[in-house]
Amino acid sequence: MPRNSVETTTAVTGIGQSDVGRRLGIDPLSLTLDACMEAIADAGLRVEDIDGLSTYPGPGSGGPGFNGANAYEVIDAMRLSVDWYDSGMETPGQLGSVMKAVMAINAGFATHVLCYRSVWEGSAQGTGGRQLGAAQATRASGFAQWTSPYGSLSAGNWIALYAQAHMDRYGTTSEQLGQIAVNARRNAALNPKAIYTDPMTLDDYLASRMITTPLRLFDCDAPCDGATAFVISRRDAAKDTASTPITIEAMGSALHDRAAWDQFSDLTRSVGSAAADQMWSRTDLTPQDVDLAELYDGFSILALLWLEAMRLVPFGEAGSFLEGGANIARDGILPLNTHGGQLSAGRLHGYGFFHEAVTQLRGEGGARQVTSTPTVAAVAAGGGNTCGCFLLSTREL
Amino acid sequence: MTDQAAPFRILPELSDRSRHFWTGGEVGELRILRCQDCGYYLHPPASICPKDRSRNVAPEAVSGRGTVATFTINHQRWMPDLEVPYVIALISLPEQPELRLTTNLVNCEPYEVHSGMAVQVLFEHRSDDQGEMWIPLFEPAQEA
Repeated sequence: MPRNSVETTTAVTGIGQSDVGRRLGIDPLSLTLDACMEAIADAGLRVEDIDGLSTYPGPGSGGPGFNGANAYEVIDAMRLSVDWYDSGMETPGQLGSVMKAVMAINAGFATHVLCYRSVWEGSAQGTGGRQLGAAQATRASGFAQWTSPYGSLSAGNWIALYAQAHMDRYGTTSEQLGQIAVNARRNAALNPKAIYTDPMTLDDYLASRMITTPLRLFDCDAPCDGATAFVISRRDAAKDTASTPITIEAMGSALHDRAAWDQFSDLTRSVGSAAADQMWSRTDLTPQDVDLAELYDGFSILALLWLEAMRLVPFGEAGSFLEGGANIARDGILPLNTHGGQLSAGRLHGYGFFHEAVTQLRGEGGARQVTSTPTVAAVAAGGGNTCGCFLLSTREL
Repeated sequence: MTDQAAPFRILPELSDRSRHFWTGGEVGELRILRCQDCGYYLHPPASICPKDRSRNVAPEAVSGRGTVATFTINHQRWMPDLEVPYVIALISLPEQPELRLTTNLVNCEPYEVHSGMAVQVLFEHRSDDQGEMWIPLFEPAQEA
């Protein structure tokens, strides 16, 4: 008998995504509404049926283009009448916003919650590349006071430190790490919305310029414009929706290590271990049941670390698992980031992985649909101290 | 890295919680908060000991020695005035397991840095309208 977590009383009933591009030059609120309206229509619901809203990150956070639309902007633009709403950045990864929707439904505060994440970093950053905003260039305070004075200015720097630690301890190589990027590009070629689709070989990867050792340009995701939205519904209300509901089996939100990027007790387990363990404790499914994995790759090493944190590969063995790339290909034993990840399909910031997992579980992946018939998908978002994960399935409970 | 022109840095905000860390270098001391009741060091500074929850914490000088826990050589010019490459390192201090700080490793070739390398503190004197500060940096340890 399945051990049902409270999560299983909810389901993903609708998904939507705007156009996605490197620089679309479109009002980010408009992109956001495109995704939201598509998700509501996909669920077969009316705008009036939406009684909750949840988003990441809300105002006042991040660099240029990090936040495409605040909760109040979307609620007002759509004239939503909500019984519960929330936004915020201090949450278990970007998908923490979806967790809160599940919780609000279980607490009886809402029935159909619209969740979205909207970015326009591509347009906002212009052609100058990824540089710091003016606010970050002034005197360093908060957590940044311990890193910015040392030129540790990007999450890339913080995460490169984890990558070096994994290589030092386990002998993980750049060739193994590079398979994450090569695999993403191979899948992106079959995704009409992907940012980068030109073929990439491992040699191309190794030849890309060094950003912060051992991470190269092709280890870094691609800032873009685009919005992604979901409708999360109470399961008994999902009977009325048009799409096949995807069950939320379990989710993981735990943070048991230091809440500071440079202070993890074990630098090689700096991503989501506690959250993943919690997720597995809330379901009768096991890592062996996972048919495909959509794991956050804001930097390639994060996907490698998530493979281990999610217990899909034993700790220390992700490098050898990735060797050659066959295991993670769409016809491999664990298809990974089947849409191209953020590395090649664009930095839709966590929500892209969840969207792709639902798409694959529904069998709607088109040219990139995995060759198996997947029934269970593992989804992870975030890195460092902001990590969350989901287990989704096609099971009807 | 022995040239006289100091590299571009975003300077830290000096607060009551952090001032000891950024000014101890005036007298050659790397200062870390320590619980005065149980002896536990804590970094970054907070006004409570995470071990016994004592509020009786105060800065103390540590040895200034350490080892490289992990590192990265940054090549990306995140800001126009940055001079690259430079080494960002996490240094483990010998005073306590997992007592660690982010810093720059200087006075060495970036590609000669390796994890486990023995290092020692040095300070870079800076000032702005908050006053003077001494940024703790690390360099390869000299033979004891």
